[in-house]
Amino acid sequence: MAEATENEIIDERQYIVVKLGEEQFGIDIKYVDNIVRMQRITRVPKAQHYFKGVINLRGEVIPVMSLRLKFGLKEEEYKNSTRIIIIKLEPQSAIGIIVDEVREVVNLSSDNMEKVQYDATGANDDKLRYLSGIGKHNNGLISILNIANVIIEKEERAV
Amino acid sequence: MDVSQYLDIFIDETKEHIQSLSDHLMILEKEPDNEDTINEIFRAAHSLKGMAGTMGFTRMQRLTHDMENVFSEIRSGNMTVKSNLVDILFRGLDALEEYLSTIQQTSSEGTEDNEDIINDLNAVLQEGTGKEAEKPAEQPKPAASSAPASASEKEKFRSIKLQEYERNVIEKAKNENQNVFGITVYIAENCILKAARAFLVFKALEELGEVVKSEPEIQDIEDEKFEFDFTVILLTKNEADAVKEAILNVSEIAEVYLDKLTVDEAPAEVAQAPAQEEKKKEEKPAAAAPAKAAAQAKPAAAPAKAGAEKKKAVVNRSVRVDIEKLDVLMNLVSELIIAKNGLISVGSGESGQRNDSSFNEQIEYLERVTTNLHESVMKVRMMPIESVVSKFPRLIRDLNKKLNKKMELFMTGEETELDRTVIDEIGDPLMHLLRNAADHGLESNEERVRMGKPEVGSIFLDAYQDGNNVVIDVRDDGAGINIEKVKKKAIEKGTITEEQAESMTDKDVIDLLFRPSFSTAEKVSDVSGRGVGLDVVKSKIEGLGGDVEAKTVLGEGTTFTIRLPLTLAIIQALMVELGNEKYAIPLNSVQTIEDVPCTDIKYVQSSEVINLRGTVIPLVRLDAILDVAPREEEPESLTVVIVSKGEKLAGLVVDNLIGQNEIVIKSIGKYINNNKMISGAAILGDGEVALIIDANTLV
Repeated sequence: MAEATENEIIDERQYIVVKLGEEQFGIDIKYVDNIVRMQRITRVPKAQHYFKGVINLRGEVIPVMSLRLKFGLKEEEYKNSTRIIIIKLEPQSAIGIIVDEVREVVNLSSDNMEKVQYDATGANDDKLRYLSGIGKHNNGLISILNIANVIIEKEERAV
Repeated sequence: MDVSQYLDIFIDETKEHIQSLSDHLMILEKEPDNEDTINEIFRAAHSLKGMAGTMGFTRMQRLTHDMENVFSEIRSGNMTVKSNLVDILFRGLDALEEYLSTIQQTSSEGTEDNEDIINDLNAVLQEGTGKEAEKPAEQPKPAASSAPASASEKEKFRSIKLQEYERNVIEKAKNENQNVFGITVYIAENCILKAARAFLVFKALEELGEVVKSEPEIQDIEDEKFEFDFTVILLTKNEADAVKEAILNVSEIAEVYLDKLTVDEAPAEVAQAPAQEEKKKEEKPAAAAPAKAAAQAKPAAAPAKAGAEKKKAVVNRSVRVDIEKLDVLMNLVSELIIAKNGLISVGSGESGQRNDSSFNEQIEYLERVTTNLHESVMKVRMMPIESVVSKFPRLIRDLNKKLNKKMELFMTGEETELDRTVIDEIGDPLMHLLRNAADHGLESNEERVRMGKPEVGSIFLDAYQDGNNVVIDVRDDGAGINIEKVKKKAIEKGTITEEQAESMTDKDVIDLLFRPSFSTAEKVSDVSGRGVGLDVVKSKIEGLGGDVEAKTVLGEGTTFTIRLPLTLAIIQALMVELGNEKYAIPLNSVQTIEDVPCTDIKYVQSSEVINLRGTVIPLVRLDAILDVAPREEEPESLTVVIVSKGEKLAGLVVDNLIGQNEIVIKSIGKYINNNKMISGAAILGDGEVALIIDANTLV
C-alpha cells in the first residue's frame, strides 16, 4: 500500500493521529522519534505548569509535557491507552508529549488540508497558534499540530 | 599529494612553536645574551618555517623566514636585542597566530601578507647588520641575471621567477654538488591527454632528482590548466643527457629544452661525477628533504583550499594523550571484560544455586574496575592549565606598554590539571581578570611610590587543587576596591537604593561588581572599563559549574578567586529523600550532616538559623523551595545537610538520607524551564530519575 501512495502524490505527508478527549490531533511523523507507554515521571520543581517532569528513556533524561495542560484542558487520568510521544525537533534534544491515545497513522495530501483561519474563534487565539491546519480523513477532522510552536514557548506568554 | 590529513598535527605543533617563541622572546628581552634561549628561538622559528612550507602556507612561511633571518643574525652576534626589535617580533608572532586561526577555521591561510611587518623586520635587519641582511637575497641573483643573456624564447626556464626559499634550496643543492637544471618541456600539440603526459614527465624527473619549482604549478598541470609547455627546475645528480632522454622517453613530447642554471660549476661536476656519485647518494636525503618540502608545498595548497570551501570548520577538537594513559585505559578495559566473564561464570555455575559470596566478590571487582576506569578517562580529558596561562606573561608585557604602568606577573601552579572543556573556556575570563587587575587594580607608578609601595606593581596568578575543585586566584597588590565608591556608583545608577546601601555588607557591595553593566572605572580605557566585564566572567564561570568571588583590602589589593569543578560528568552525590521524591546533592559541597532538634532553631530577621558549634548557619527548607508537600507533622528533630560555597554555609533540611552514590550528570533539556537550583538529573540504579540540587545557588 505504501508503494501505491508514494506513486500517487508527492506532497502527501504522514501523520500520527492522537486523541485528547474527543478531539483528534495529527503530528507530522518526521518529528516522531518514538512512542512509549506511560512511565514514572520525576517532577521538576518550578518548571512550567504543563511540564510533568522528566523520564528516563534508555539512559537519556527527557522532559515530558502534558498536551492537555498545554491546551488548557482538564488534567489527564492515566489510562492503559495513555502514551508518551517522543518528539525530536533537532538531534540531541528530545521531548515527550503525553496524549490520551494513539489512533493510527494517516496519509494526508494537501488537498485534504485546510488552513486555519485566525478570526474563526478569536477567543481561542492561543490554541490556534499550535495548529498548522485541519485535515479531513474518513469523515473525521484532524487538527494538525504545529509541533514547533507547541514545544517552544514564546516568551510573551507568562505562565 | 594531499596534506590536509596532517592539518591537525600542524595546528597543534604550530601552536606549541609559537608559544615557545613567545616564551623565549620574553626571556630574551630580559637576558639578551642568553645563548640557550636564542638557540631555542631559532630552532622553533626554523621548524615553523619548515612546517608552514610543507603545508603550503607560503605567506606564513615567508613571514617566519624573515623572522628567522633576524634570529639568525642575533644568534651570530651581529645584532643586539632591543625593545623595539622584540616589539616587531611580537607583532610577527601575532600575525602568525592570525594565520593559524584562519587556517583553523578555513584550512587556508587567508590573503593577509603582513607586508608592513616583513618590511619592518627587514629594516631592522639592515639597520642592525648593514649589508649582510641583503646577502641571502642577493646571492642567487647572479644565476638568475646571467640567464637572460643567453635566453632563447623557447627556453622559458631562463625567465622563471623564484621565491627566496626556492633560491635557498637551489643554492644549497649547488653547494652539495648537485646539478640544477632548468627544463622547458613542449608537448605535441595534437596530444589529447596532455596532463597525463605531463604527469609522466614529472614521474620520470622525480626518479632522477627533485623538482623544486614548476611553472605552471603542479596542481594546475594536473588539472590541465596549461598550454602545451611547462617549465620545471630540477635538482639531480644525473647529467643533462640522462635527464633529457628520460623526458623524451615519454611519448608525445615534442621538444625539450634544458640547461644548467649555473654554468661555473659544471666542468668540475662532469669530471668528478662518477667519483662523487657514492658520496652524493648519502647527502641526497638531507639535501632533498627541504627541496621536497618546497615541491610539495604547491600542490598541497590547492586541495586544502578546495576542502575549505566544502566544509567550514575543518579542524576537529583533539586532545593529545599520553600513550601511558591510553595503556592504562586499555588494561582497564580488558579487566572489565574479565570481570564480566567472572560474573557470567558465577551466574551460570552450579545450576541455579548461586554462590553469594563469589557473586559479591565479582561485584566488588567490577566496582573497582569501573572506578579506576572513570578516573583514567577523566585523566585523559585533563590538561595542565599551563596551555592557557602561558600566554599571559606576554599579555602583561603588552599592557605594560599600553597602560604605561610597570608591572610584573607571577604565576604558580601552571601544572594544575583541569578538564579539557574547562580549559577551553577559562582563557577569556582569566584574561579579563588580569586586564582588570592591570588597569583598575594597580595604581599608577607615581601613586605607588607616593603610597610607599614598590614602584613595579605585581599581579599574581595562582592555581591549585582544593579537594574536588581547582582554585585559580588572580591577585594584585594595587589599591583595592573602594567600597564607598562602589556604593555611590550603584546608587547613582539606580542599582540599589540608599537604604539598601546602608544595610549592605562589604561582601554584598563587592558582589555588585558582578552585575551586568557595572563598571567603576572613571574613564573608559582601551583595556577595560566598558562595563561588560565581570558579569561576563561570572556567567562564563558559572556556566562551567564554578563560581567566582572577590576579596579586597583597601590599599593592599584585590583577589578574585575562581573555583572550578575538577570533573564535569560523573560526581559523587549524597542521595536524600523529600516526601517521596529523591534528590542528589553533590558530595563536594556537603560539609557535614547534622541531626538538629527543633528546639535549637533560632530566628534572625525572621529567618531560621541554627547555631552549630559556634557558627550561625541559615536553614533552607528544601521542601518549601522545591514545592514538595510538607510532612504532616513536624518531627522532633531535623536532618540537616550542611553545604558550603567557599566560606559560606547553609543547612538544607531534608526528610531522609538514602546514601552516597556515584551519579552521571545528565541535562534535563532546554525546553523545560530550568530553575537554577536544579543542575541536572541522574539516572539511579532502578531506572528512576533523580534531580541534582545545585547547592551553590542555595547558599
